[in-house]
Amino acid sequence: MAAVLGPLQLRLAPPDYAVTLTRGMLVVQLPPEKLLETVKLLKSEFHFDLFLDVTAIDWLPKAPRFEVVYHFYSTSHFVRIRLKTPVPDADPTVDSLVSLYGAAGIMERECHDMYGIGFRGNADLRPILLYEGFVGHPLRKDYPKLQEQPLVPYRK
Amino acid sequence: MARTSTPIPIQSVGGKSAAFEYLTTKKDELVGWARKFSLFPYPFVTACCAMEFMAVSSSPYDTDRFGAALPRFSPRQADLLMVVGTVTHKQAPVLYKVYEQMCEPKWVMAFGVCATSGGFYQNYAAVQGIDRIIPVDVYVPGCPPRPEMVIDGIMQLQDKIARSRHPIISKDF
Repeated sequence: MAAVLGPLQLRLAPPDYAVTLTRGMLVVQLPPEKLLETVKLLKSEFHFDLFLDVTAIDWLPKAPRFEVVYHFYSTSHFVRIRLKTPVPDADPTVDSLVSLYGAAGIMERECHDMYGIGFRGNADLRPILLYEGFVGHPLRKDYPKLQEQPLVPYRK
Repeated sequence: MARTSTPIPIQSVGGKSAAFEYLTTKKDELVGWARKFSLFPYPFVTACCAMEFMAVSSSPYDTDRFGAALPRFSPRQADLLMVVGTVTHKQAPVLYKVYEQMCEPKWVMAFGVCATSGGFYQNYAAVQGIDRIIPVDVYVPGCPPRPEMVIDGIMQLQDKIARSRHPIISKDF
């Protein structure tokens, strides 16, 4: 375990944060209101300067339904960290990280495509992998597995 | 018993004489022979089957033997549309447009199992076979197909071209 994670764990204290260690990676569960300030802390004080990914998990029968998952990497400490924040089905919105990481914009667009997660502060949430006119979000559990939305009418 | 020789009447089909039909058949053979050895492929390459396409079009397998060696990167100059790889719904309008831009006569080869039937992709994204969008003449399954299979597909397409009619000349011949 990298040396930076000890001081970091002290800063991420309960009750807001729940920190576990999974396969050598620090996993932090936090409420969505705390997301932006936590990432600011990670970036400014702990040098997590590389935004790796944002994706979501759809726990359909459960509530809150979604969990938005972030990964960061520190190029000076050579360590990764994972943030997870729950998001309800009624208003699946979290704060955008575009103000901190430019790369977040495109990945948030993909997450918005696939899961319908809204990102407050990201002005450009056009479809990136899907196309204009696609109805629904295909990686949600309630999207029918075989439902196609063809752009070209089928023959016959 | 004396044989009565009745002359066989030369039947005219659709107002045309039998001689016309004979010459048309010979003309179809000639044009078919010429066309089957001058297939200019347009590779519509979308996915990993491209590697196998490169292998089959390189010198060890020598598709020049079948006149199908020279890829034309304009659909207007091509006769054979080789759809190599997975076609998604987002890409389907592009494929359709490329097919529409090709001049008659044109043939389509579905190269690989994804172009043939969607392959192992059955979800919101993949077209379940390009024959849902455009007509296909020869299917080459495989993930990816061996070069021998592709060459076999080209030869089957050549047979199909040689056997089919080629109405390039008007009804007045």
